[in-house]
Amino acid sequence: MSPHSSQCSERPGVPGAFLDARARVSTLTASSPILTTEALTVRFGGLAALTNVSLRVPAGEIRGIIGPNGAGKSTFFNCLTGVLRPTSGRIVFNGEDIAGLPPYTISRKAIARSYQITNLLPGATALENVRIASQSRHHNWSMLRHHRAYRDVIDRARAVLADVGLAGKEDELAVNLSHGEQRNLEIGIALATEPKLVCLDEPTAGMSVAETHATVDLIRQIARDLTILIVEHDMEVVMGLAHTITVLNYGEVLAEGRPAEIQANPRVQEVYLKT
Amino acid sequence: MDQIIIQTLHGLVNGMVLAMVASGLTLIFGIMDVVNFAHGDQLMLGAFVGASVLGVTGNYWLALLVAAVVIAVLGVLLQVTTLRPLIGRDPLTTILATFGVSLVIQKYALWQWGPSVRRISEPVPGEFTLFHLQYPWYRVATAIMAGLIIGGLWLFLKYGKYGIWIRATTQDRVMAQAMGIPVPLVHTAVFAIGAAMAAASGVLFGPFAGVTQTMGFDFTLRAFIVVVVGGMGNLGGSILASIFVSLLEAYAAIVVSPAQAVIVSFVVLVLTMLFRPTGLFVPTPK
Amino acid sequence: MLVLENVDAHYGKSHVLHSVSIEVRASEVVGLLGRNGVGKTTTLKAIMGMVRRTGGRITFDGRDLGGVPPHGLAGLGIAWVPEERRIFRLLTVLENLRTGLDRPGVTPEDRERLLEKVYSYFPILRERRNQAGGTLSGGEQQMLAIARAMMLEPKIILLDEPTEGLMPRMVAQIQAIVHALHRDGVAILLVEQNVPLTLDAAGRVYIMEKGAVRHHASAAELRADQRVIHEYLGV
Repeated sequence: MSPHSSQCSERPGVPGAFLDARARVSTLTASSPILTTEALTVRFGGLAALTNVSLRVPAGEIRGIIGPNGAGKSTFFNCLTGVLRPTSGRIVFNGEDIAGLPPYTISRKAIARSYQITNLLPGATALENVRIASQSRHHNWSMLRHHRAYRDVIDRARAVLADVGLAGKEDELAVNLSHGEQRNLEIGIALATEPKLVCLDEPTAGMSVAETHATVDLIRQIARDLTILIVEHDMEVVMGLAHTITVLNYGEVLAEGRPAEIQANPRVQEVYLKT
Repeated sequence: MDQIIIQTLHGLVNGMVLAMVASGLTLIFGIMDVVNFAHGDQLMLGAFVGASVLGVTGNYWLALLVAAVVIAVLGVLLQVTTLRPLIGRDPLTTILATFGVSLVIQKYALWQWGPSVRRISEPVPGEFTLFHLQYPWYRVATAIMAGLIIGGLWLFLKYGKYGIWIRATTQDRVMAQAMGIPVPLVHTAVFAIGAAMAAASGVLFGPFAGVTQTMGFDFTLRAFIVVVVGGMGNLGGSILASIFVSLLEAYAAIVVSPAQAVIVSFVVLVLTMLFRPTGLFVPTPK
Repeated sequence: MLVLENVDAHYGKSHVLHSVSIEVRASEVVGLLGRNGVGKTTTLKAIMGMVRRTGGRITFDGRDLGGVPPHGLAGLGIAWVPEERRIFRLLTVLENLRTGLDRPGVTPEDRERLLEKVYSYFPILRERRNQAGGTLSGGEQQMLAIARAMMLEPKIILLDEPTEGLMPRMVAQIQAIVHALHRDGVAILLVEQNVPLTLDAAGRVYIMEKGAVRHHASAAELRADQRVIHEYLGV
């Protein structure tokens, strides 16, 4: 795949999106980081899954995280979302230290995550799936205001469904949606918790070429108001979406930079082609 | 003091019989995730068949053999017609299926043999003297037989060619198939082994308390408790747990009536679930 | 010998293989390259009947594998060495080997011969033959997985990422084993992400992306022009 930007701007349906993104990147570097990890280390007994991983992600950026198998990408996400407690190091989100906090607390702090394996409530409708996620954001013990709050939640859920392109499928059971629609619903569920940071774990896994393009467009749209971390194996997706890419290898940061820089980096090529 | 010695013997003997029953159950669960509610009823059928054969031939050992074989064949029929079609479905369906089979077997036994209690006379007469106490030989013989049978099973699993097939299938069914092991056949064979052991237990236990249609239920209940306490699928664990629980019940029977002593088993079950849910005799998972 | 014609497969609703066509002839080593998640392992699972095939045909020696039960493939001559190795952890090394050795038609002399052969390829297995499979190191488990497959005296071995997670020294050992198996006349369908190893061992290579075969060339062609490899496996 050629590292030239002209190839990226030829992507069907989104002329000029890359140029848009490039303009944004220069303003991004000026803003303060929404997420910082300092010397993040995770050890399982003698095995070091992550070693001294330090990252600074500016607000509004799309950060791609790539690396060969076992590089530590999932472990990194697990630390961010509270599933795993790091052995040492700090994670600072929005100025707050969140390392070691439980997942539901982190969710309240506005970090959302989508998973590789589809994680929906199959017996519930698309709307119900999103509404349940949205309710977690607007928990209200008051009995008196209950009915009105309920309607707000439904309206919010409807808006999210529209954002992810499922406006006509609200009452469809999640299990009856197509694979691509299910994956988009998952993104919708993540969005419904009103996050500031969304972690997408291989969002295009198992998708056809057409579904992949549709999901990439969706991610680009929702990225306008969010910071996104995306782990992917599909290079076209990552190179086209991300402003900055961090390459992990054997739990350490191997390289970091713009997509073009990463593609031109011989050490990165070596890791991928000689693994 | 005498009570304690007698009860220890009771506990050990009952424990060995229970161990035979539980081994079959845990083997079946370990290899195909089937909770066999009809296990105790296979024991009961075995006891009835044994009693009938004994009545006709007068030979205890022949009765034991025939009962085991007949119930094994029944087990095969059961597994092939009722359980094999349910593979891959919700585990609840197999539980319901075996529960249904249990009811059918109980009523069949009632129809076939009538409501009166059958007798299986002791295979080995007389009692032996321990200190100044008398204890029936046949009970000791039963414990020894149970021990031999369980030992035989263990040897078969450890060293036999088909024992390797069974152990491999229990650990990784998919890989076992990839190695050419005919897994559906292995499942059926294990079910037959479990059934045969249940039947043999029934005949062994016959002289203790008589043969009735409902004798299976007590065993099923206790066997399940023991399988959980010993660790599901863990053969050694279920044997140890059988003896442990039976001893506890026997000692409790000194203080309360035997019918109430079964509470002890439940207490052990609850404690196990609370503190060591993978089984008391299973090393803590890493 | 092994032919996949326009094979489609689904994991539930996810369409994971799109019209995959691959062929492995007798005694050939064929490589299947591609990044993570492109469907290489899924292709092997489709051959083994573990994934729902929704289109196309898979034949072996002319026989359609669709009607063959999962435990019948070993008897036809197809051996599988999965990505996770899947050693029977509670069985000893020898018992693991016996799961492949204890089949009809194997004489005691055959058993001796096969065991000796495997022990000569992997001396460490002879040493550890009475140890439980779960106590072996990663590299040793990989060797055991391959040895276990050899016990079936297969016509073809489906080798899934044998070098993943192994140290460079072990990678070289695996490479030697692949060569030795090739010399023995065993066909190999080698799924890998390690490009140099694959180009060295294989005669022909298929490259997959997003569930479909995107490129098919001889290893020599791919070695001569690295651009294709860069495009599909590089960054």
